[in-house]
Amino acid sequence: MEKLKRGGQPSPPATIRLPSRVAYFDHNATTPVAPDVLAALLPVLAESYGNASSIHQHGQRAKQLLESARRQLADRLGCSPKELVFTSGGTESNNLALAGPHRHVITSSLEHPAVAQPLAHHANLTVLPPNAEGLITPEALRAALRPDTDLVSIMHANNELGCLQPIAELAAVAHHAGALFHSDGVQVPGRLPLNLTALGVDLYSLSGHKMYAPKGVGALYVRQGVQLHPQLYGGRHESGRRAGTENIPGIVALGTAAARPLTDLSALRDRLEAGLLAAIPHAIVNCAAAPRLPNTTNIRFAGLEGEALVIGLDLRGFSVSSGAACSSGAVEPSPALLAIGLTREQAKSCIRFSLGESNTADEVDALIAATIAAIAHLRKLSPTYV
Amino acid sequence: MSNGLIAVAMSGGVDSSAVAALLKKEGQPIVGMTMQLWNQRRLPELSTETSGGRCCSIDDVYDARYVSQFLGIPYYVVNFEDQFEQHVVRPFVDDYLNGRTPIPCTLCNNFIKFETFLEMASGIGAEKIATGHYARVSFDEPTGRYQLRRAVDSTKDQTYFLLGLTQAQLSKTLFPLGHMLKTETRELAREAGLPVAEKQDSQEICFVPNGDYAAFIAAYAAEQGIALPESGGDIVSQTGEVLGRHAGFHNYTVGQRRGLGVAAAEPLYVIATEPASNRVTVGSPADLLTTRLSIRDMNWISIAAPDEPIRAQVRIRNRHIPAPATLTLRDGLVEVEFDQPQRAVTPGQGAAVYDGDLVLGGGWIA
Repeated sequence: MEKLKRGGQPSPPATIRLPSRVAYFDHNATTPVAPDVLAALLPVLAESYGNASSIHQHGQRAKQLLESARRQLADRLGCSPKELVFTSGGTESNNLALAGPHRHVITSSLEHPAVAQPLAHHANLTVLPPNAEGLITPEALRAALRPDTDLVSIMHANNELGCLQPIAELAAVAHHAGALFHSDGVQVPGRLPLNLTALGVDLYSLSGHKMYAPKGVGALYVRQGVQLHPQLYGGRHESGRRAGTENIPGIVALGTAAARPLTDLSALRDRLEAGLLAAIPHAIVNCAAAPRLPNTTNIRFAGLEGEALVIGLDLRGFSVSSGAACSSGAVEPSPALLAIGLTREQAKSCIRFSLGESNTADEVDALIAATIAAIAHLRKLSPTYV
Repeated sequence: MSNGLIAVAMSGGVDSSAVAALLKKEGQPIVGMTMQLWNQRRLPELSTETSGGRCCSIDDVYDARYVSQFLGIPYYVVNFEDQFEQHVVRPFVDDYLNGRTPIPCTLCNNFIKFETFLEMASGIGAEKIATGHYARVSFDEPTGRYQLRRAVDSTKDQTYFLLGLTQAQLSKTLFPLGHMLKTETRELAREAGLPVAEKQDSQEICFVPNGDYAAFIAAYAAEQGIALPESGGDIVSQTGEVLGRHAGFHNYTVGQRRGLGVAAAEPLYVIATEPASNRVTVGSPADLLTTRLSIRDMNWISIAAPDEPIRAQVRIRNRHIPAPATLTLRDGLVEVEFDQPQRAVTPGQGAAVYDGDLVLGGGWIA
């Protein structure tokens, strides 16, 4: 047992290393920067260093890049370039969209902290729970509206579950009552076609690093005529709506990413789901009956400790996720999973697999095999669930 | 993944960091893991400027992560907050409110570090766990038992807190520091260049800021809606004479002298706290002395439960020098009769039974 002789001869090298080729299945946390996006970004970073507010040629070049990117993004989103404000990312877009004064606000219990927290201290806040399928229905929203409701914020696609809310219907219900409608859409533009004008939203948040652009850039769609309450005070950048010298390399990357064709990942996702469900007893897909993002599946492996599975898969070379990271890096049960009615124990046994365009069928098959092996090991240790 | 993987429980302190460095140097396959046990943002009324650097603080996780990066080992933080509250915090508060003086570190070892953590480590594919405890474990061929021994560094020996370890737990546990002096651990950490080599040792119970149990219990009880006992009651002598008033019996512990607020000719000590009558009984130092105690939930470690009375030494507090006694098993309890009277035997505290260095077992003072 205690063979740990200090200064003794070490046994043959057995140092554990994380497998060098790690297959990445956590694209809802963040996406890699796509090669063509990187190719567009690097020369801007290296050469186009002008300040877009400057009069000279350097400044004019930067301004051209800024506005080209805005047009690319507007094309992708089905809106006018004037309706887009570049920000530092999804969190800033949400904070900017939600800044009040508001008399009564309605949101959902599915929201990411970047929406839930800016609203948390609002004096008149209604938080709508989803139904068991993870959906906020137009009827539920209608019932929660009050004469003084002036803002509704419901996320488009949930990051954990992938379930898609009926945004067009919800926005119509809000408008009928005279309220503005915001949606946190960061998970959507990289995965699904989108037309914000047709969707009928007033405000829509998005983030570069969920759609193959880098971290540190995002945008807020602001329908023409909607009044914003700027959160940063400074120069009159972005038509006075967001102060701060524009992040031209990031914005170019976001525009380039917006112009890329979408990859339909539903076949790969279905392959993963089918492979896991066929081999693993007591596995249940959360929100399986709801419309979902084509790249996401969230599966509850009853009785298992999700955290152990995530670490076990990481040590086998696969990146997946479970729950919400707290400040220490430990995992807490995801609020969205609790919101659909799971207990804390059940929520802890859920794993999110989120695919991206670089994932292959071979990787999916390897992930299925590794997950089966890891779960067999875990269930052997806790015989209740054999 | 049968590769002899060892999960090192890393607190961010020098001891567990030295364990990781030692095993890494030996070429053992290791993974570093930190247990997130308590949300320091809970009970905000307790937070003080000096309460940083406690167990589970972000600073400690930072340090553990830094050491893991320095050593080039995989590292994870695992969340055991629910289990820690259920098995350690809640019983700690309940014990105090029932007139007992608990030792949460032993509960944490029994239920968290050598149970939940061991399960998690097994779950991710590790075959053993290693911790920075100062204690020694070895396998004894003749008896077929894993035996626990006091650490070589008697000033750091932590076997008192390990009295609940089972054979199954010991069979999967490494205590690489059991053979080392604390000074040697520091030296090892310095030689390895660990960023925590000079970090101070933690002292208090990790989830109780500044050792203020009463404030913690009050805050936790308020959060959980637990009714605190009546705040005031009588302080009485052993003959029942009322000597003064106390401010809630849970604020007192057996053997306590200070803070009684009772004027008397000779120094008075708390002899007992009695939840039923809401009284605190005080007496002279001689009244604190007892020669007998009973151990409940006895866990035999290095020997099987003996059929006959045995001679051994019994430790009733971490700092107590194990005292010679005769032990007899009776009705599921271990009856202990000390050769010499012992001071402040406190119900709820652990009793560890030794034969010299060997830890025979331990349980709880009934």
